[in-house]
Amino acid sequence: MTVTDPDPREATAARTDPGRTLDVTLKVWRQAGPDAEGHFATYEAPGISEDMSFLEMLDVVNERLADEGVEPISFDHDCREGICGTCSLMINGQAHGPERGTATCQLHMRTFSDGDTIVIEPFRATAFPIIKDLMVDRAAFDRIVEAGGYITVAAGSAPDANLIPVPKVVADAAMDAAACIACGACVAACPNSAANLFTAAKAAHLNLLPQGQSQRYQRTETMVDTMEDFFGSCTNHGECEAACPKEISIDFIATMNKDYLRAKLKNRRYLSRNG
Amino acid sequence: MAVTLDPKVPPGPIDEKWENHKFSVRLVNPNNKRRFDIIVVGTGLAGASAAATLGGLGYNVKAFTFHDSPRRAHSISAQGGINAAKNYHGDGDSVHRLFYDTVKGGDYRSREANVYRLAEVANNIIDQCTAQGVPFAREYGGLLDNRSFGGAQVSRTFYARGQTGQQLLLGAYQALAEQIGKGTCTLYNRTELVDIVNVDGRAAGIVVRDLLTGEIRSHSAHAVVLATGGYSNVFFLSTNAMACNVTAIWRAHRRGALFANPAYTQIHPTCIPSSDEFQSKLTLMSESLRNDGRIWVPERAGDDRSPDQIPESERDYFLERKYPAFGNLVPRDVASRNAKAMIDAGKGVGPLHNGVYLDFTSSIERLGEQTVRERYGNLFDMYARITGEDPYRVPMRIYPAPHYTMGGLWVDYNLETTVPGLYAIGEANFSDHGANRLGASALMQGLADGYFVLPYTIGDGLAPLLGTKPVDTGHEAFARAEQEARDRYAGYLAIGGTRSVDWFHRELGKIMWDHCGMERSRPGLEKAISEIPALYAEFKADLKVLGDDRSLNQSLERAGRVDDFFQLGLLMCEDALQREESCGGHFRVEHQTEEGEAQRDDDEFAFVGAWEHTGEMRSAVLHKEPLVFENVKLTQRSYK
Ligand SMILES: Cc1cc2nc3c(=O)[nH]c(=O)nc-3n(C[C@H](O)[C@H](O)[C@H](O)COP(=O)(O)OP(=O)(O)OC[C@H]3O[C@@H](n4cnc5c(N)ncnc54)[C@H](O)[C@@H]3O)c2cc1C
Ligand code: SF4
Ligand code: FES
Repeated sequence: MTVTDPDPREATAARTDPGRTLDVTLKVWRQAGPDAEGHFATYEAPGISEDMSFLEMLDVVNERLADEGVEPISFDHDCREGICGTCSLMINGQAHGPERGTATCQLHMRTFSDGDTIVIEPFRATAFPIIKDLMVDRAAFDRIVEAGGYITVAAGSAPDANLIPVPKVVADAAMDAAACIACGACVAACPNSAANLFTAAKAAHLNLLPQGQSQRYQRTETMVDTMEDFFGSCTNHGECEAACPKEISIDFIATMNKDYLRAKLKNRRYLSRNG
Repeated sequence: MAVTLDPKVPPGPIDEKWENHKFSVRLVNPNNKRRFDIIVVGTGLAGASAAATLGGLGYNVKAFTFHDSPRRAHSISAQGGINAAKNYHGDGDSVHRLFYDTVKGGDYRSREANVYRLAEVANNIIDQCTAQGVPFAREYGGLLDNRSFGGAQVSRTFYARGQTGQQLLLGAYQALAEQIGKGTCTLYNRTELVDIVNVDGRAAGIVVRDLLTGEIRSHSAHAVVLATGGYSNVFFLSTNAMACNVTAIWRAHRRGALFANPAYTQIHPTCIPSSDEFQSKLTLMSESLRNDGRIWVPERAGDDRSPDQIPESERDYFLERKYPAFGNLVPRDVASRNAKAMIDAGKGVGPLHNGVYLDFTSSIERLGEQTVRERYGNLFDMYARITGEDPYRVPMRIYPAPHYTMGGLWVDYNLETTVPGLYAIGEANFSDHGANRLGASALMQGLADGYFVLPYTIGDGLAPLLGTKPVDTGHEAFARAEQEARDRYAGYLAIGGTRSVDWFHRELGKIMWDHCGMERSRPGLEKAISEIPALYAEFKADLKVLGDDRSLNQSLERAGRVDDFFQLGLLMCEDALQREESCGGHFRVEHQTEEGEAQRDDDEFAFVGAWEHTGEMRSAVLHKEPLVFENVKLTQRSYK
């Protein structure tokens, strides 16, 4: 008996025709301002090309709304290629929608089916107040970085870059952590609205590198303390890792916790010696 | 305002100019720095590095961005890398070679002294960023890795995976965050510059709009720095982030700053073609793909067969055919123009016939799928995600897209515009790339300006002002500019027409792309020059913006930006028309060699074209800064 393998080219044949179109129904959170009452509004969105990105679909819906005299839906976005971290959205209850390792702006309508109803809400967390409709204020992340998420170097004072070799595995691990785009999906997905994955990623990026050692413990302590001023506590649900568009590893949180404990110890010892 | 175009290039041999200049500029004593206020608008690579450095030196810095955080700036999306002449690989690189390549790459339309300084300080950038914790790629021995990029003959490009811009911006953002935490810098986020205010012929401050409340307010300072990026979005579709716009530098231009070389724009050959008319932006894929992919179209126009059904003998590998020496690796502009010619000839591929194939079949056969995956895996994934096609099985489709703007505000050697006290850095100025920018050199320029050049040169302008206070924002010049801004935004809402901002932007983009894009001709430019004012009149009469100006209103923000794009578009066409030669990214069909290469006219056009504003939609006045080349020999490019 001969088994014929399906020709892989068939499944992914080169496109020479425009793709299908979908008719979808949107249930969108509308809220006029930070203090206004919000509600879901339902909009029909017929004739959406499967090749559109999710945000292009919203652009089209917005143009149609404006034609009808309805104010367009406000949403945050900029690069539209998954790197700036500006886009957000809970799509059918999932931060950045159904695809793993994908930011909302990289999601395409071919992921959805004709006739689907799509529920679109803002990221919800006390530390992320709603600005309007689907836009939230994520400035609390900046406060965490200002508290210690840097390495101090005055411009012009740095030694030759190759003076300190960094093992490739270390540089690669730092890069894995540094890939965080500060989108806030981890917070939105967390039942406690904790920002541990974001904070741990930033701390790990700097704490792993030899250049980051002098400020390591002080950095960890001030960043974590600031984080706790704004965000809830981590109870290891792991929802953050699943929602993260950059697939930042939850292992970084464990490292941060260890460093935080040691920081408390170290700083106290340092203080007792000097105080 | 009387215009003088003095580039203020210091005397002496080229390799001593910067050292001498640093020694001769007036300094501000460290204790006096806190007595100066500096406004920095824009917190991308250029602005964040400048604000952080100035704050670190002790100045009072107010930094402005319309983003929610400095980390969102468009710089974040740069992929490929950043150049420096470290010569870590001993392949013969040097400051002089980097300088030479950059001047040549710019097709001899940049100012030698600025480019030399850029090449000199580039090494400091790598040191600075590494110390800040930028995780540049490393070799197994732990030292920094380099790659060769954009046709350079040496390996001088430092990179952090495919996210170099992100990592460099995070470095600058973190440095700025440190200063914000320490209180030397104050950040005004979601705040957009809408006008510049001059008092007694000097920049006195800015008028801004709070994007959350619509409130119009003023800020004054001893100096104003614009680091607001490029204007590729005048074409509507480009690889730039959605919010990139020209407003800050255009408003400065209207207030007297000369705008240099607006027509110099760069088109990038390897972008994913648009899939429908609602496409909002184009995605760039790294140029490195051309190292292993072969570009082709069907030989017969209108051939709609699927690519695997088209035999080798009926394919046209047009770059390999026309440029046997460089093949698929010809420079960006040559690759782009040739792709356009194929599509114009009806040979475009894909559902909209708007692409050419970039085919990896032979590389996969030669190297194996695994190697190709290691080299380009993330790019292939990105392509698959956007198009729904698997590039390991089916050739990619690519098309050129606007990518970078070499033009910008005219600045002298100190990065000061023609308005005293107003500086421009990063992509917002015109200074270092001439008519064409080489790959991996925009990041280098932004950080050079911000970390290493402006912090020195600005002191020279500030020193004489010691003891003076910034102009009070109650001054009538501020009050007038504020009222104009309020009227402008209220005006967009009051039109009550029928067409959206995006509609107008798209239509303007079509005119610009058709007539002032990859190829320009006199009849085309003249057509655009008559069409733009007509469309602009319609914009002012038939625009529809809903909502109000007392709360967040994204359509209203865009209306202001598109308004300025109209005015800029007209100037770009005038500049392109004026320049009766082809050079770098500016290709006039009337001026090409027999081989179809750009034909420069060094006798008539070796100058910077700097335009003076004379009124809305009115012909601007051209001023010329002659370009003198003492350290490089002008040659004609050839890639045959
Ligand atoms: C897809 C892509 C890939 C690239 N890859 C590379 C590469 O590999 N190597 C390379 O060297 N270059 C690359 N470039 C070019 C490079 O990224 C840019 O030229 C550079 O980052 C520009 O930096 P900037 O600081 O001048 O401006 P931007 O990063 O654009 O920052 C502008 C800032 O100004 C603010 N702003 C603008 N207008 C206003 C206003 N009116 N009011 C208030 N704030 C305002 C914005 O909020 C932002 O903070 C790439 C570009 C693109 C599009
Ligand atoms: S850790 Fe992931 S989900 Fe959280 S902010 Fe960073 S990129 Fe977003
Ligand atoms: S818009 Fe930039 S990450 Fe989505």
